[in-house]
Formats: sequence, C-alpha cells, structure tokens
Amino acid sequence: MPESHPSQYWEHFSHVADIGVRGYGHSLADSFEQTALAMTAVICDPTLVQPQKAVNINCEATDNELLLVQWLNALIYEMSVQGMLFSRFQIEISGLKLMAVAYGEPVDQKRHMPTVEVKGATYTELKVGQQEDGVWLAQCIVDV
Amino acid sequence: MDIQRLTRLSECSWQIEPHGNMQVPAIIYGDEKLIHAMDDKVYEQASNVATLPGIVGPSYAMPDAHWGYGFPIGGVAAFDADAGGVVSAGGVGFDISCGVRTLHTGLQRVDVTGKTEQLADALFREIPVGVGSTGHIHLSKSGIDAMLSGGARWAVESGYGAQRDLSYTEEKGCMAGALPKAVSDRAKERQRKEMGTLGSGNHYLELQEVMQIYDAKAAACFGIKQGDLLVSIHCGSRGLGHQIGTEFLAEMVNNASHYGIKLVDRELACAPIHSPVGERYLGAMRAAINCALANRQIITHLTRQVFVALFPQAELELLYDVSHNTCKLEKHAVDGQSKMLYVHRKGATRAFGPGHSELPEPFREVGQPVLIGGSMGTASYILAGNAGSETLSYASACHGAGRSMSRHKATKSWHGRQVINTLAEQGIALRSPSLRGVAEEAPGAYKDINAVVEATELAGLSRRVAKLKPVLCIKG
Repeated sequence: MPESHPSQYWEHFSHVADIGVRGYGHSLADSFEQTALAMTAVICDPTLVQPQKAVNINCEATDNELLLVQWLNALIYEMSVQGMLFSRFQIEISGLKLMAVAYGEPVDQKRHMPTVEVKGATYTELKVGQQEDGVWLAQCIVDV
Repeated sequence: MDIQRLTRLSECSWQIEPHGNMQVPAIIYGDEKLIHAMDDKVYEQASNVATLPGIVGPSYAMPDAHWGYGFPIGGVAAFDADAGGVVSAGGVGFDISCGVRTLHTGLQRVDVTGKTEQLADALFREIPVGVGSTGHIHLSKSGIDAMLSGGARWAVESGYGAQRDLSYTEEKGCMAGALPKAVSDRAKERQRKEMGTLGSGNHYLELQEVMQIYDAKAAACFGIKQGDLLVSIHCGSRGLGHQIGTEFLAEMVNNASHYGIKLVDRELACAPIHSPVGERYLGAMRAAINCALANRQIITHLTRQVFVALFPQAELELLYDVSHNTCKLEKHAVDGQSKMLYVHRKGATRAFGPGHSELPEPFREVGQPVLIGGSMGTASYILAGNAGSETLSYASACHGAGRSMSRHKATKSWHGRQVINTLAEQGIALRSPSLRGVAEEAPGAYKDINAVVEATELAGLSRRVAKLKPVLCIKG
C-alpha cells in the first residue's frame, strides 16, 4: 500500500509467520518515519489514528541497523504501556542518537479495529542503507 | 525444501550432515510431503543452531517447523553449561512460555446445544482479548515481583483457582530459579495492566469436542472420552515476556564478541550459561515463565466463572498446562551418561514419556499430555509422550499446525467475515475484535495439522490420544 510520493513511502513484505515492515525516505530519519508508519499499518489503518497526543522517544545504538530495531522497540513499548497507536512522527538523527516525537491516540477497539499487537522488532531481514538512487531504505521483520 | 540435500534416517526423520561451522548434525522430522513443503529457511536455521557453542546432540526441527528468528519455530537444541554451552534469547523467543492449557468441563455437546452463542458472547465479554485490552487486575510493583516468583501458585493463593490446578501444571505451577530483580522496570511496567489477558495473533480460547480417541488407555488416564467438551487456552507471558526477549536479545547481540561468540545470524544472539548475562537472562526468563503460568491461571478462573453462571453442573478441572517457548534445565541421557542440559524449545512442546518423575502421578503410566493447538476451524490434538522420544528429540514434539502462508497472503485470500460465515456453517461460533485478524489467522493459512501429528507419531516423538474439534473460539 505505497503512498503517492514516489521516494517516500512504506510497504509490507512477507514472512511466513510474521510480517516485514519497510520504509523509504529522502533521509535516514525519513525512512525510519515510514518504517514506523508501516508498523502501525500492521496493527490497523494508520489513517484512522488521530495524532492528538505527543510522546517523546529517545534511543541510541552502535549502528544504524540496531538503531532501527531500538526505535521500533521503543515505539512498541510506548504503544503497550500507554495503550496508544501512533500515526505521525518527527525524527531527528544525530550520529547514532535518535530523538523523536510520536503522535497518536489511545487504542479504540471499535474504531481502529486493531488486528494484532506487535511483540517486538527483530534482527531478521534487517537492513538500513542508502540505495543507488539516493533513497534511504529501512526494514526488518516484526514479531506479531 | 530440497529433499536431495538431506539424508533420510527413517520414514519421518531427515538429517542435515554437518557442514561449515556446524558442530553437530541437524535432524528435521516430517513425512516427505511436509519436508518438501517446508521453508528452506528451516534448513538454514536448524544448521545455524548447530554452530552454537556447547551444543549437545543434534539441532532438531519438529514436523510443524517454519522460518523463525535465529532458531526455526519448531526448533529444539540442548546445551551443556560446563562445556561452554549457551543460552539464547532468540532460542526462546519473544513470547516466553507461550503455551496451551486444557480444562475438562464435565459437559457434553448436548449440554450446550442452543447455548453456544450465549456462551461465546459471555466468554468474549469477560476475557480481555485483542490489542489494547487490559486485565481486571492491576498489579503494584511488589505485587508484580510476587507474581514473578510464584507463577500459578501466586495466582491460586490470590484466589484465582484451586490447589489441585498446580499439580496439573508444568513445574507444579511455579518455575524455580526466577529472578524478579533481573526483570527490568520497563518489562514490569508493560505487564502492569496485562495480567489475565489473552493477547492477539494466534492466541485463543476454544471450547472443543473430543471427536476421536486413538489410545483408550491414555485417554482414560487423562480423563477424556468421545463427546466430552474441553476448554483450551493458548497464550503466554504477554508484554513482560516480549520486553524481556527484546532487551536480552539486544544485550546478547552487543556482548557476543566479548564472549568470543561468532554469530552467523544476529538473531541467534546468546551468552554463555555461566556468565553474568546468561544467568540474568535465565532468571528473567524463568520469571516470565511464572508470568505466563499466572496469566493462564487467571484466565482459567475467569473461564470457570462464565461456565458456572451458564451451566451450574460444569466442573472445569485442569487436564494439563504445557509451555512451548522455553529453556529448561533437564536431565537427559547422552552417550549412556546422565547429563543436566539446558534444553531450548522454541515452538516445540515438552513431551515426557511414561515414568518421568516430573509428571503428575496419574499420568506416569501413559506419559505426559502433549497439547497441540489448531487454528479456529481445524482440529486440535492431545498426544502422549513416548519413552523413546528422549533420544529422538530430548523428549519434545510439535506445538501446533505451523503457518504455511504469510499474513499478507492470507488477507489477500480471505475476508474475515467470509471466514466467520464458513466456520458458522461448520457449527463453530467465533468471536474476535478484528475481522482482519480473523482473515490473517484463517485455517487455510496453516499446515494440515492432521499430517503434522501423524508425522509426529510416525517419528516416535509422541502418540495420538484424542482429536478435538472446535465448538467455539475466542480469537485475539
């Protein structure tokens, strides 16, 4: 379900038991933002999630791939303890430190019709990098 | 999977000869059809597990095996701590101690005729299920630590169930060696409102009818006969287990080189059992096992309340509770010598044979009940452990049908409403908060469970005792 912009969008890819999340963007931060949207889309239609409440998320890692896993796991944690879903993200990445604000709202089973909760982001099919066309790609499998 | 790459040991047993850095062979169980249809990734992952330090005996994959993380789902491997053996967070998985618990009901189909819809509604109302659902019990910090130490025993002492339940739960309801201190505040926070919740994905609560008995003696021992109604609950350690898995996976990835461990796949992240990280993980993982046991015990209590309100004659005695994502210290015979090994089972069920001292007394003559979950429309099975499985798979068997189709493809193949209607035509009442979730979990997205359990029996891992058909299903 790619969005209209050709170089900034998200998609899912197949894993037999679980699901892959992949984001493309003009920068590393943009690709992380799209991957986060792809993860929300594992749970429900992201367009149904109102960006009403802001949550700050900071994390760091030793390389960009591990940073992606940290970022997604930090979101999974906030979704779980705050009972929220997120649909808008502002991300700044400086070196291997990520500072973000995630916007969303509390889960409403009737309105969001959430399909499945994400247990964790995995190192399987984990890739982060800039492609030949300059577009950044960030992806991994999430366990559901 | 390309059968040409395997050495056939018997009708349902296939060996991957050691290659590359494999220290031991890998053995995959399944009939030719199952092996042929099995993901190539199972070959790769079962081989990768065989490279880990201190592995004893082959790396195994059960007949329901499929592509997992590091270990295949359906993977079994044992490690000797004194030979540099490791414990792997990836080898247990995110949903620590996910498992199946089956209850008698004292009812037969005729007792619920005309009332199954009402029962389904009541169970769906009373048992928290799906994304964002919270339990009725909100634990304080000290309450969480008591739960993490006590497991199902804590739940029973807190009023959720009876003492008898503990005798019919693995580890008598309380996993020894749990270290609540090794569990992070974030993991505890994630669990605070999730006690007594079923979760989502492939987790469920089903009412099932015993359709067929294969082994009359074992069935009598387990207290089941044709026509009986049983309740099966499939869920795990919820957010706490997920967070422990997440945190230790990251820590083990970062520390692997420190311990001189070369990971062929980051998801195989592990640490020596005799190391600070390994010991903390084992303590945290055991605490998560207790969380799962307590969770299933609370759901049992809620289920009993619903049944007794609708069917005063119902008696929901526990048949057995068994986990299928664990690492446990067990005694096994290796080359004629008894050894204590850390047995990882990831999507594999422990299946002790007759006479095992850890079994409840009434089951010692026939072996452990091995509870195999289906998927909504498909059958579930109760098997019994075989004595011979100890040398075949460290006394392990399959855990379910195993997926054969991705969630993405499943949603392209079915609509949730269509699945619900088809099941209704088969007399199965389904309740779920998510139509897409129902489509993703459609029975057709799984392997043929009949073939999986037949192969399990033919391979000698366990034997069939009873086949169960769903009557109603509460799906996460």
